[in-house]
Amino acid sequence: MRAFLALLALLAFMPTAKAQPLVADLSSHLIAITTGFAGTELLLFGATEGEGDVVVIVRGPDSETSVRRKARVAGLWINRDEMRFAGAPAFYRVAASKPLAEFVPPALRQRYQIGTEYLRLQAPADANPDEVAAFRAGLLRNKEAQALYDAEIGRVSFLGPRLFRTRIVFPANVPTGAYSVEVLLVRGGQVIGAQTTPMFVNKVGVGADIYDFAHDWAAIYGLLAVLIAVFAGWAAGAIFRK
Amino acid sequence: MLIYLPLAEVSVDVFLLLLLGGGVGFLSGLFGVGGGFLMTPLLIFVGIPPAVAVGSEAAQIVAASVSGVLAHMRRGNVDFRMGGVLLAGGLVGSTLGVQIFKVLQGLGQIDLFVSLAFVAVLGAIGLLMLVESARALRRRSSGRRAAPVKRHQHLWIHGLPLKMRFPHSMLYISAIAPFAIGLGVGMLAALMGVGGGFIMVPAMIYLLGMPTSVVVGTSLFQIVFVTANVTFLQAWQNQTVDIVLALLLLVGGVVGAQFGVRAGAKLRGEQLRGLLALMVLAVAGKLLVDLVSMPDDLYSLGTLGKAGV
Repeated sequence: MRAFLALLALLAFMPTAKAQPLVADLSSHLIAITTGFAGTELLLFGATEGEGDVVVIVRGPDSETSVRRKARVAGLWINRDEMRFAGAPAFYRVAASKPLAEFVPPALRQRYQIGTEYLRLQAPADANPDEVAAFRAGLLRNKEAQALYDAEIGRVSFLGPRLFRTRIVFPANVPTGAYSVEVLLVRGGQVIGAQTTPMFVNKVGVGADIYDFAHDWAAIYGLLAVLIAVFAGWAAGAIFRK
Repeated sequence: MLIYLPLAEVSVDVFLLLLLGGGVGFLSGLFGVGGGFLMTPLLIFVGIPPAVAVGSEAAQIVAASVSGVLAHMRRGNVDFRMGGVLLAGGLVGSTLGVQIFKVLQGLGQIDLFVSLAFVAVLGAIGLLMLVESARALRRRSSGRRAAPVKRHQHLWIHGLPLKMRFPHSMLYISAIAPFAIGLGVGMLAALMGVGGGFIMVPAMIYLLGMPTSVVVGTSLFQIVFVTANVTFLQAWQNQTVDIVLALLLLVGGVVGAQFGVRAGAKLRGEQLRGLLALMVLAVAGKLLVDLVSMPDDLYSLGTLGKAGV
């Protein structure tokens, strides 16, 4: 039995032992949102073993997302219906070395959620499918408008036959949390190598301290905010009275 | 230069905020108004989430009113007894308002409510001021003088029970009236991020019959404490007070107000009021157009599990 398991393990790790088909890394695994943060970009680079094309999928932390639809009531446009989706990433980008249609079959796109149209957003089970489609489209549109999703596929460029690189741009409103950067090597419609690299977006510095303090010690923050306001107002008045 | 506001969670240009603070400060110095009713909608226009705009503006009003109320106290222009009753109502109203705010936020209707409240209040105030200044201008050209405000008229308000003596204002009236005024203004403070002086001052003069000399000081006295209560509660319950935002607005506001006061001394009152009225109406109009015109996208994202945005 033990021998069989050892054999199984050996078989499972054979491809990696022979030659790693894909290695990739990011220029940084941490995006620090500081007080002056205005967006940033990371460089993803790597090498492939042999032929193949590369797809890069960047995902922010998943969360339940609520989508609201406005309707006209008494001449005013107000929020009426709401639908909640589970599994929507806070941030989503795809980059590829060739147009996806040329080398990634739909089954793969489905499995790896490549492209916004393949994101698995879970609507309530009892929802009307037409409504789900409309709300889903609304969610994607809004996320794209906020530059959190991008329906456009970014470009992975090859430098010679094996080395590749791509830039991942993060806007100023990039959500905080744990991200994953998934790199796939595709050959003949099959994924022959995959690597997932974690990445973090964190607030750091004074802004982060203020945010944490305001949420963890909300009552004390409130008192301090009032005291600061009173002092600042008094000081400003004192300066200009002269 | 962009600055990332820690609680609003958006990057905004520092100079834009200083300019906004300075501009509204200039107007408040020029016209002698608080400016919250202009600042909150302007903050929403530049992309600050409405909830954060309301909460942070409350903190800014505290700061902007402190030196004013101290000056009035030194000159003995504060009726503490009347201020106390107004304040009691204001504390109840603002505490209620913050709870209502929280419920509306959960329902996804807070943006609508804030916009509607501003359209109604700004529209009404702007029209009244426009009519008033037009009349004053006409009077001036025809050479007649404004009729003085009649005090001690017998209004329905004076028939209410719970009468109280207010020696400083030389009044003997029901405490219910100032309490109710304070309550209404407190709710506005919590829901709209305004001080409410633009409603309280006329109400004190025309409804309560207070002498004008103590009206401004007493209303500022109420505003400081009520907006302090709003600041505290919004920070505690909704995490929507961005102190960095409030301080930036304050810096601009203090400087702007100094220039405003100087400019105001050189201009004629009726024209100023007419100008302010037009501006108030413009803000109300813009908000109304946004409400009635079909939005670019009927769908929008709500927030879940994260308070305050």
